[in-house]
Amino acid sequence: MSVLEVEHLTVRYGAVEAVRDLSFRVEEGEVVTLIGPNGAGKTSTLLGLVGLVAARGSVRYRGQAQPHRTPEALSAQGLVLVPEKRELFASLSVEDNLLLGAFQRHQRRESGIRADLEWVYTLFPRLLERRTQFAGTMSGGEQQMLAIGRALMARPKLLLLDEPSLGLAPLIVREIFDILGGLKREGIPILLVEQNARMALGLADRGYVLEAGELVMEGRAQDLLHDPRVLESYLGLRGKEAEA
Amino acid sequence: MDWTIFSFLLADGLQNGTIYALLALCLVLVFAVTRVILVPLGELLMFAPLSYALLLQGQFPGTAWLSAAMLVAWALLDRNRLRLALALLLLAGVVLGLAYWGSHGAPGWVAWLLAVLIVLPMGPATYRLFFEPLPHGTVLVYLILAVGLHFVYQGLGLVFFGPEQYRPPALLSGEASLGTVPLPRQVFVVYAFAFLAMLGLYLFFTRSLYGKALRACAVNRLGARISGINPSEAGRVAFLLATAIAAVSGMLIAPLVNAAYFMGFLLGLKGFVAGILGGLISYPMAVGGALVVGLLESYSSFTASAYKEAIVFALLLPVLFWRSLRTLELGGEEE
Repeated sequence: MSVLEVEHLTVRYGAVEAVRDLSFRVEEGEVVTLIGPNGAGKTSTLLGLVGLVAARGSVRYRGQAQPHRTPEALSAQGLVLVPEKRELFASLSVEDNLLLGAFQRHQRRESGIRADLEWVYTLFPRLLERRTQFAGTMSGGEQQMLAIGRALMARPKLLLLDEPSLGLAPLIVREIFDILGGLKREGIPILLVEQNARMALGLADRGYVLEAGELVMEGRAQDLLHDPRVLESYLGLRGKEAEA
Repeated sequence: MDWTIFSFLLADGLQNGTIYALLALCLVLVFAVTRVILVPLGELLMFAPLSYALLLQGQFPGTAWLSAAMLVAWALLDRNRLRLALALLLLAGVVLGLAYWGSHGAPGWVAWLLAVLIVLPMGPATYRLFFEPLPHGTVLVYLILAVGLHFVYQGLGLVFFGPEQYRPPALLSGEASLGTVPLPRQVFVVYAFAFLAMLGLYLFFTRSLYGKALRACAVNRLGARISGINPSEAGRVAFLLATAIAAVSGMLIAPLVNAAYFMGFLLGLKGFVAGILGGLISYPMAVGGALVVGLLESYSSFTASAYKEAIVFALLLPVLFWRSLRTLELGGEEE
């Protein structure tokens, strides 16, 4: 049983089709990446997936069809989005942000929330240093760490990450991808949307390449990394940018 | 103006200011979580003491029918969630039963509690029936809806209770004198309740995860949703809290100012002015603003009584002007 099976997903904003007839899947323990240039429909795919924008097509999460999806219901089932703009609670403390990530578990009176808080603090020691600070006062990299940490507090069974490297310094990007590598080793399935194709393919098991809302290529991440078309379209320029 | 008059007016202003403060807190709370400016808050305040007055006269209050009808309509909307729908129908029956008990010889203090309990479901039901079906409404759409509801509820108040004024008995009767100023003992109940309500809200929002979840909904709705917090549920809780505070406030001040179907609107409007002084976001500033409104009203009723409402509402102009300058500086953060 796949963690996530998406079939014929179409996302439309008025007359504009942002995503057209896209099918893909994520297996247990797997990191899958959607790469492609700006405007390829990567973010729209994630938003349609969690029900934040209207989408046609079928989405099955852990074998269950999800016709009427909402982000809050999916989050309760362990499918958690880390959005591009992070969407933190700026005027609440770092620790409150993290604890609210476990809101559903708290409502269900689940145990282990404290232990997971400690775990997130060991993953991101900087959040521990800043635990009483307002989330809105932190740097971009720290906010990204907090957004990932908040999602981890829900004990995700599938993590959707939207451009975690966006607007961050290369050193921070490296740090965040190291953490993602750690999560992969823990067996948490991840669907990663990235413009930084080299970093994303370096981490992922498989990848899908999107262009103008359509799937143009798919395959094992290692193969994509050496595919001449991918090299030319994304890695040539992006690779230099990432190293700059 | 001599010292005696000054202190009389001070006592009066503080008393009214406290009520405005409670209403302003409710308005800020509801607005922060749902973007609804709850104009009918004053009507929800008015329903409770008038229902109490009818219960004491042995009459079945129309508010119980309204409350039960709203619960039944809610159950119909949520008929797909069977357990919730059944619970709502049961609750509607309970409301009618409580009203029957209250109007058939329940002791006075029980009737007091029953009147509050009858009104409570109207808060969350108002949100569920009228605001939740429009999840992407703008502040203006919600405001128009809220003003409409205000007129409907006020009209229903006239139907249920007629145009008479009622003065239900106070919880604490008699007077105490503070220096030269005689104060009804009931005023101290009002202050005690205001203190407890503010302390309770403070603890709820800073200590409990549920309260923090409500704040989270207010600061970032999308962030709340992806964290598994349901904004509709948060909205209903906000409406419930606001209705509870308003209903109890109404019960407490009715013995001091008389209860009538039109009492709510001006109270709510002044609470709104106080809330605006805090930008509808800051709880402490809303409370401070409410005291300013109460005192200003009290002293202007002595020096220029014909203009006392006008002076209070004129206070909005400089504040709105000042706030508009600040919003421009922030680059207009409104959606």
